[in-house]
Amino acid sequence: MRRVREEKSGHMLTRAADGAHDRTVSAPGSALVAAEHVSISFRGKPVLENVGVAVHEGEIVTLIGPNGAGKTTLARVLLGLVAPTSGRVLRRAGLTVGYVPQRFPVERIMPLSVRRFMHLNAAISKERALECLAETGAASLADAQMTDLSGGEFQRVLLARALAREPDLLVLDEPARAVDFAGAAQLYDLIASIRARRRCGVLLISHDLHVVLGASDRVVCLNRHICCEGVPQHVAAHPEYMRLFGPEAAASLGIYGHRHDHRHTLSGDICGGGGGKG
Amino acid sequence: MLDDFETRAVLAGLGAAALAAPLGCFVVWRRMAYFGETVAYSGLLGVALGFLLGVDLTLGVIVTAVAMALLLSGLQTQRAIPYDTLLGILAHVALASGLIAANFVSGARLDLMGYLFGDILAVSRADVFWIWGGAAAVLAALALLWRPLLALTVHEELAAAEGVRVRRTETAFILLIAVTVALAMKVIGILLITSLMIFPAAVARPFAKTPEQMAALAALAAAVAVAGGLFLSLKLDTAAGPSIVLALAALFFVAAVPALALRGR
Repeated sequence: MRRVREEKSGHMLTRAADGAHDRTVSAPGSALVAAEHVSISFRGKPVLENVGVAVHEGEIVTLIGPNGAGKTTLARVLLGLVAPTSGRVLRRAGLTVGYVPQRFPVERIMPLSVRRFMHLNAAISKERALECLAETGAASLADAQMTDLSGGEFQRVLLARALAREPDLLVLDEPARAVDFAGAAQLYDLIASIRARRRCGVLLISHDLHVVLGASDRVVCLNRHICCEGVPQHVAAHPEYMRLFGPEAAASLGIYGHRHDHRHTLSGDICGGGGGKG
Repeated sequence: MLDDFETRAVLAGLGAAALAAPLGCFVVWRRMAYFGETVAYSGLLGVALGFLLGVDLTLGVIVTAVAMALLLSGLQTQRAIPYDTLLGILAHVALASGLIAANFVSGARLDLMGYLFGDILAVSRADVFWIWGGAAAVLAALALLWRPLLALTVHEELAAAEGVRVRRTETAFILLIAVTVALAMKVIGILLITSLMIFPAAVARPFAKTPEQMAALAALAAAVAVAGGLFLSLKLDTAAGPSIVLALAALFFVAAVPALALRGR
């Protein structure tokens, strides 16, 4: 029987807790990690209400939603960084997670080369570190200092480091945040190819709607509760999604196969056909 | 060879340097300079209480420093007062109560200046053993702690997601700071101890490519400054603690500042 770890529902923790997840119970299906009826509130203010989500082997699940929707909180709950106020989190026993956090401030006062960063918290061989850097197109950065990297380079290094742990599950929080549009498209292609090669599960948080949906198997639209979920086409056509992001957002996905001649939504990106796949 | 007070001073100073510098790198990386200072200030209270209660002074300092360190780390999550303000308040509360408590120690038994600024030329054979034994123990503990502590210093949440026990590691680290304060007090005094932690790290930074290099270079810089400061002190008959601090400052301005200026364009 497959066993997963369970988070004890209990009082809220404001910071990463020690041993937040010790008990193990049987897991449903091939889920790597699952949240069941998870609610969480900070200082009495509800952030997540009765949320259920699961990530299975080899699938890319994307969390989308407006700012303050609780996307990062849900990821942190799934990672075991905060305990839910109620509900539970199941995690496959022995699960290895590769995590790319949304914010990653680097202190200039600490010298840290990319090479050194790769084995910061695990015994990763030099060869494996270089392989993983090559896999994310960052091989040439091995000797650079972390403080000297551009936004896109930094994300590739973070991704390489996550891969070096040989994760069963990748959790990527806004991986394209500091990257321009073309860079974002490349990054999502890279994530898709990593999934295809390694068959790991991927939980992706994004608000780059037009790019990200094409790369996802399943989309969960979150706004404190789950508004809608399913395959990208289903979500894009869902009234809740339209309500949250506006009809132009759905159209800009190009999922219906028609194009607008102009766009004035969200970030004002020039999509240039990049959103026209599907 | 420990019969010679100069030899004892050099040995004690080098032990304190080897101990304080690597730990000081983490103090700098984690932006805990004022935290270290506040813990150090509480040491005087430990000395005075040690005198009044008749317990070993090093033990007294360890107890008050550990208590202050735990208090400070417990208060880190409070939001009512900015943390640096709180540190400022508690640092001076600790110092003032230490000075008042010292008043109650009768006569000239308590050499106040010695505890405040260090009295390295008066270290005993036992002090040298305390410092070297303590330094070996603290550095061994730091070596064990190194990987998780470094990981959570770089990114606490990432480290936690990767299985680092954050609270446990942090608590172990601040206990090491408290013990370091108690051990190095004799050499450089509670008011100057922070300089032996943060100056060497600042000197080493521009010359290091990895955290480990920085720690090693910091230990080297601290050892050079201690030797230089002691030499000056003996030659010019100046106070040893402040002479060591000025030697550290000289290294910083002569070596690190130009290197930083060059790197920063």
